[in-house]
Amino acid sequence: MFYVIKRILATIPVMVVVALFVFCIIRLGPGDPASVIAGDYATAEDIQEIRIKLGLADPIPVQMGKWFVQLASGDLGKSYHSNMQVTKLISQRLEPTLLLAVTTILLTVFVAIPLGTLAAYKAGSWVDKFVMIFSVAGFSIPVFVLGYILVYIFAMELRWLPVQGYRSPFDDGFLLFLKHITMPAVTLSVIYIALISRMTRASVVEVLNEDYVRTARAKGQSEFKILLRHALPNAAVPIVTVLGISIALMIGGVVVTESVYNIPGLGRLVLDAVLSRDYGVIQGLILFFSFIYIFINLLIDLSYTLIDPRIRY
Amino acid sequence: MVLKIENLTVKLPKGADREFAIEDVSLHVDKGEIVCVVGESGSGKSVTAFTIMGLIPRKELTPVAGKILLEGEDLLTKDNSEMRKFRGSRIGMIFQEPMTALNPVMKVGRQIEELLTIHTKHNEQERKKIILEAMDAVKLPDPTKIFNTYPHQLSGGQRQRIMIAMALVLEPNLLIADEPTTALDVTTQAEVLTLVKEIQRIKGMGVLFITHDFGVVADIADRVVVMQNGLVVEEGTRDKILHSPEHPYTQMLINSVPSLDPPDRSMENVQDTKVVEMSSVHKTYGSLGIFGKGRTVKAVQDVSLDLHGGELVGIVGESGSGKSTLARCLVRLIDPTEGSITINGKNISTLSRGLLRPHRSEFQIVFQDPYRSLNPRRTIEQSLIEGPMNFGMGRTEAVAKAREVLEIVGISPDAMGRFPHQFSGGQRQRICIARAVVMEPKLIVADEAVSALDVSVQRQVLDLFLDIRQRFGMAMLFITHDLRVAAQVCDRVVVMQHGKVVEQGKTTDVYNNPQHPYTQELLAAAPGRDVKFNQL
Repeated sequence: MFYVIKRILATIPVMVVVALFVFCIIRLGPGDPASVIAGDYATAEDIQEIRIKLGLADPIPVQMGKWFVQLASGDLGKSYHSNMQVTKLISQRLEPTLLLAVTTILLTVFVAIPLGTLAAYKAGSWVDKFVMIFSVAGFSIPVFVLGYILVYIFAMELRWLPVQGYRSPFDDGFLLFLKHITMPAVTLSVIYIALISRMTRASVVEVLNEDYVRTARAKGQSEFKILLRHALPNAAVPIVTVLGISIALMIGGVVVTESVYNIPGLGRLVLDAVLSRDYGVIQGLILFFSFIYIFINLLIDLSYTLIDPRIRY
Repeated sequence: MVLKIENLTVKLPKGADREFAIEDVSLHVDKGEIVCVVGESGSGKSVTAFTIMGLIPRKELTPVAGKILLEGEDLLTKDNSEMRKFRGSRIGMIFQEPMTALNPVMKVGRQIEELLTIHTKHNEQERKKIILEAMDAVKLPDPTKIFNTYPHQLSGGQRQRIMIAMALVLEPNLLIADEPTTALDVTTQAEVLTLVKEIQRIKGMGVLFITHDFGVVADIADRVVVMQNGLVVEEGTRDKILHSPEHPYTQMLINSVPSLDPPDRSMENVQDTKVVEMSSVHKTYGSLGIFGKGRTVKAVQDVSLDLHGGELVGIVGESGSGKSTLARCLVRLIDPTEGSITINGKNISTLSRGLLRPHRSEFQIVFQDPYRSLNPRRTIEQSLIEGPMNFGMGRTEAVAKAREVLEIVGISPDAMGRFPHQFSGGQRQRICIARAVVMEPKLIVADEAVSALDVSVQRQVLDLFLDIRQRFGMAMLFITHDLRVAAQVCDRVVVMQHGKVVEQGKTTDVYNNPQHPYTQELLAAAPGRDVKFNQL
């Protein structure tokens, strides 16, 4: 258990560096947030007033000190426009994004891993080739193209699913939620299914050549259980690594997907903040996503020790 | 009769070097009998074993004729799901490398349990009881604790005991052992062989034991089947095969096994000049880390050793004894932590890379695996002339030199334009030796240079080393785990254990009158001690 605590403690310096980095980007980047907020017709006094209000007039070290004190108490700052707390904005928008991400990951895992394993087991057969063709196609097609194709087929032609929008499973019921989340999740997951199934195939193909798989056959074990009990657990480390990276990369995909399907989530918040140059929100969101990224990495690292007893930190 | 194979023929895929992997093979194993199938690589001994188990890839290797009768039932007529009922329950199998044969992410107890869940209807508690008994039977200490360990937490010998426990937990009447002691150290090998013999005697099962090692054959076999190029060339009792083999191939094989008795050495080759002087060399791996709590491994501790010109010194020891680390320090492939190494009058232990470079030609190394130590993308010519040209020799001169040396090592210089994969393992090792010799070194280090070779090829390569030593008079350091090899070629031997030298002296003295308990143990564990094999 000692290494778990050690790993968790090791994330603290990383978070501090990330916070510092974000702090510097906003301060050193071109353009003065105060003048942006004040608008084109503001006088120098107006801008100075805004600057003082935002705390941008203090010396840099003082600003940094305040910023860290703020962060340590869980405050990600305020929106320059609406003057709302960024944490509040995030919590309002968190549910759709989180549920979209979770649904996408579940879909990815339950489709990609069996698909990749099957392709590996039947390596060289038409099943394998089909999976690989699908994988190449999945890599190549952009999220927004796929999104609109799905909308055209399932929403407009067949009318099975709603065109856009989001329904909460807590307020509107699970079925309605499922109807609305299916297409966004499928759209977003295709590239990850392509990636993970390929990774799974490569990893399992390698493991199937190992001596212990032969030993399992010599025991009289069935092929299905050999895949399940011997091949997959040994192939898991690279698969989990890529899965973790995928989750981190998903942030970008979420922004586009939420735009296509008009889902009021974090992706839309990011887009709106960027378009309106709301530095306060951008800064808070970068930090928020960084912390999630670090947290996911921590989980992946810790999961290695569960998957493979030879790995210890 | 437990197993009877009749005229078994297995076809190789198109484009292989021969049509059949094994052809017209007949053999049988009786109850309570250990039958050794012995042969060199490519003889078809492993294919025979895996065909019995039905573990060959059917698309590549197809049985086309013959019968495999297990207690009267023909296994070749069974489909895969029927075969599954035989595997593990009626035929047990143990493999060469227990580390890779066990699933690294599954507790060893569970791996044994798998057999019971597949083939029996015992409940959890009954299974556990049976497993602990099986572990006890293979003399694993503290079975309850070992049940919950992973393979990497056990020693090589313990892992192979787990494999044996696994193979025998359902008490099959036939045990197939595929080179089960080849990957183990000699002392562990002796223990495992004794264990197999003992259990076989108690349970009375038949054992089909695949090996290339005549020492092991001498220790364990009741009967011996000799295979060559997929054919059974001779079969007979242990004594008959070892003492009066009839087939020329068997005779050649047995004549190639080096004797454990060192011949009397004249020492006429040994010159007075010291080529190598090592004094208190240490090598420590790992560092203490910032908090001083890091793990360090003392791979080599306080080794002092001299080599004279023309002298052939052997370093023997088991895995982890530090013999390879020492060799690598000597030629500065790794840097020694402490101590001085003087080669040809120059202390090279602390020279910087740049200053060391001009001296590199003076000491050369030949590695264990000739398949991996030649660059597959370069012709033999390119590999051979690279060294001399690095040291300023012109191309024409270097090529002429390479031709000359190839002739000496017994490879036709006309084959110089070929790539490594176009040569056999023995030929490749000759090329590796030529690559070292072409540099005209004062010292050649051979790190397990004959361990990967078949016994007949090994003999020839050993002869080549002796010939080269005599011709050029360089010093040679021979790193080996094989006591037989060391006995036959070394003037002096150094015995290492846990990074330290425990004994050194003239080969005849050390072998005939070992002083240190570890040397005594090593010599006593060498398989086939009681059979006299040929001196070189």
